[in-house]
Amino acid sequence: MTQIGSAGNQGPGIRSDCFAALKMKKSGGIKIVLKSKVDALYKNSIRDLAQQILDFYKVEHAELEIIDRGAIELVLAARIEAAVKKCIKSEDEFLLDMIPENQTSTSKDHRRRSRLYLPGNSPKLMLNAGIHQPDAVILDLEDSVAPEKKAEARLMVRNALRGLNFYGTERMVRINQLPAGLEDLEYVVPHHVNLILLPKCEKADQVRTVDEKITQVLTDSSLEYPVYIMPIIESALGVVNAYQIASASDRVAALAIGLEDYTADLGAQRTREGRESFYARNQLVNAAKAAGVQAIDSVFSDVADMDALREVVLEAKSLGFDGMGCIHPRQINVIHETFAPTDAQIEKAKKIVLAFDEASEKGLGVVSLGSKMIDPPVVIRAQNTITIALETGLIQENWKENDHE
Amino acid sequence: MAPKYVKNAVGRMIPEKINGKPVIPFMGVHKYITDGKRYAPPLPSSANYPKDGNKQVKDLKTALKEAGIKDGMTISTHHHFRNGDLIANQIFQAASEMGLKDLIWFPSASFPCHEPIVEYLKDGTIHHIEGSMNGPLGRFASQGNMRGAGVLRSHGGRYQAVQDGEVVIDIAVIAAPTADPFGNANGLTGESACGLLGFALADSQYAHKVIVVTDNLVPFPCIPWQIQGNYVDYVVEVDQIGIPERIISGTTRITRSPDRLYIAELTAKFCDEVGIIKEGFSFQAGAGGTSLAIGNYFGEIMREKGIKGRFARGGSNQYLVDMLEEGLIDYILDGQTFDLAGVQSMRENPHHVNTSPFTSYNYHGKGNFAGIVDVVILGATEVDVNFNANVVTHSDGLLLHGIGGWQNCLFSKTVILPIPLFRDRIPIIRDEVTTVCGPGELIDVIVTERGIAINPRRKDLLEKTAKSKLPIMTIEELKAEGERICGVPEPVKLGDKVIAAIKWVDGTVIDVVYQVIE
Repeated sequence: MTQIGSAGNQGPGIRSDCFAALKMKKSGGIKIVLKSKVDALYKNSIRDLAQQILDFYKVEHAELEIIDRGAIELVLAARIEAAVKKCIKSEDEFLLDMIPENQTSTSKDHRRRSRLYLPGNSPKLMLNAGIHQPDAVILDLEDSVAPEKKAEARLMVRNALRGLNFYGTERMVRINQLPAGLEDLEYVVPHHVNLILLPKCEKADQVRTVDEKITQVLTDSSLEYPVYIMPIIESALGVVNAYQIASASDRVAALAIGLEDYTADLGAQRTREGRESFYARNQLVNAAKAAGVQAIDSVFSDVADMDALREVVLEAKSLGFDGMGCIHPRQINVIHETFAPTDAQIEKAKKIVLAFDEASEKGLGVVSLGSKMIDPPVVIRAQNTITIALETGLIQENWKENDHE
Repeated sequence: MAPKYVKNAVGRMIPEKINGKPVIPFMGVHKYITDGKRYAPPLPSSANYPKDGNKQVKDLKTALKEAGIKDGMTISTHHHFRNGDLIANQIFQAASEMGLKDLIWFPSASFPCHEPIVEYLKDGTIHHIEGSMNGPLGRFASQGNMRGAGVLRSHGGRYQAVQDGEVVIDIAVIAAPTADPFGNANGLTGESACGLLGFALADSQYAHKVIVVTDNLVPFPCIPWQIQGNYVDYVVEVDQIGIPERIISGTTRITRSPDRLYIAELTAKFCDEVGIIKEGFSFQAGAGGTSLAIGNYFGEIMREKGIKGRFARGGSNQYLVDMLEEGLIDYILDGQTFDLAGVQSMRENPHHVNTSPFTSYNYHGKGNFAGIVDVVILGATEVDVNFNANVVTHSDGLLLHGIGGWQNCLFSKTVILPIPLFRDRIPIIRDEVTTVCGPGELIDVIVTERGIAINPRRKDLLEKTAKSKLPIMTIEELKAEGERICGVPEPVKLGDKVIAAIKWVDGTVIDVVYQVIE
């Protein structure tokens, strides 16, 4: 352990974040030097929080410098804790209250059309992520976090899981590749994460290891809620093993593909047409569906080109994918609109649902439309289509009344 | 002796005198009715002016001398060159060289390029500023360093103050992109083209002496004459009056921030849902990134529904010009142009019309345009739970922005403030705003990324959105949500010294700004 530790970000362009530097001393008590953009409105509460954290870790003699660019409390706390933990060894966690909105669970077949990547060490991007209403947010500990920032990002992500309102979106965390990712789990699983993304997954064993670790962390913390796994297939070997991976654990809710790494692994260029990954995408969808889980496509990286994104989503949808990643909030609506059922699909679904209602009223075991018998899975799919159409505002709540007229 | 304070109609304590002159506290919207006559400048005789119409003098300093500049005079400038203005600083440099003291600067607005003025405030050349104080000037004033109190007025309020004689302009210096030796001038052509010169109109008509400064002197006649040479005493030719790239702001692009786009889209959806966007409607959306995005979303809705608007109020720019040319609106009524597309359109398109604070905003006119506009989109630094809003100071008390046309626009049929619920950690909705610039009774809707609050006075809007899927909340709920994220701000301790007065559109004082303690 060193005598000086720092965490967070500073410099021009940094907002809603802070930088904390702790210098341990032998004597002289605590000195807090605060330079805050919001000094006039929050200087006392920032100082109080800092003092509280230093007391919590029993730091008695030190100088703490905080350069604050308008960070909210949970960001300040994560930075100060990270700075302290660079100076002293402690397993203790300084936890702020957990908001009730973030104590919700999702289901295995939760809708996952869009999932918005948020760099795990960039609180500014997290603050408003929920208002854009992706189906899920991904707090990323892997590629978007520099190696020397991994430790502080864990605390940032943990605090965000506890205290940042994502307005009902599913809360996912992408952990690091194993084995480092296993340690990440200790920081996120006890804080009501809904789903863990496991990057560069190549073998079923990796999924089982993660599954066991999740179970262990939950048990150790006496917690009981579902935590799902979404393995990301990013290599040729992963594609070959896709079915085994998808069926390795009950926790697996979806299989995702990461095409940047996959094409690199192939030694091919990633093209817009995506012919080089056509096999892999088909294989992944097939494996996922065989295992009864969702298939999720890669991200589209040109955030300015909405027309191209629409084409890519349309193709993904036609291949059987259930969702896509996004790296910018502007992509969310395009993805939702494109994954939404078409007018023809909605009309067909309406007829089936009405026929089902009628059959149920009459106590009939068999649903039929005209001369055709309708199988139960078709009814379920039609009901899902209607639910999505309702949620996306494509039909009104009272559509049945209008349709009977 | 401690100044006496009285409470005005928005509950703010107003000193009886500011800069030694008695002031009238704000009495409520449309409550202060004055009589009497318009102020009139001295009557000129054309016999005293060159028969050949050539009013040229060799430089600005000579013009100021001939205009009879002396200690304590009020000197006015306008802000059509925005952050590219080169003339205001030169005026006070010349005045300082002449050893003049205690001048009052009366700009229609100031910009960061006017930072050198700080030196002339320090050396006593300028006593105080009556106009907006942005950036460095605002900071200087906020720290209590200006000898007199600043007086901030809206664009309309500036016209009003000149017309009722509250401000007597001794010398107006009008920087003009094109002018002739007689003093006719316009903003349409020349290196420093800025579109129009509406903010200098009152100055030309009411100042005792008027100096036109140009870097594009053309032989008589300068056509069109937005400023009439018949009001002008002297004409000065200089190498450069402004920096073109700063006159034409490069920042007026649609925001790329997803959060701001979201607020813009929500605002447009709201307007659509309550029926504001209808055939023949009118709007004013300003030139900020969010406002531009709202105009863009308006355009999408209009296209989709086949709706045509009657007019849009400028500040104009490429986006508004595109809407005009596409036929989405019949007219642009423009107070200032923000880019070259706006300048060109004003020059060439008869449906792109220049306006002035007189036509648009003036309290002493027989009506003005502001109330005719169906919906106006404005900004604010803070809003309180009674919908009073602040546009000049930040929550830490620093005076950093001017009023512009903001107060005047509040008379539109529906006033919407799309603002983020918090900026960095600073919540926008407060129990009390630091400075009241606009009374809550004129502010109808606050749109934030986390919800929309409708002023309870607007029962019609509340009814229209009763069954809406839009996130309608009370302003108290919005405030609570902001404070839940940011924490409850600590009270800010400000000094006792009044550093600026905020005038209402009728000339009464709606609030004062206090010195900050740093």
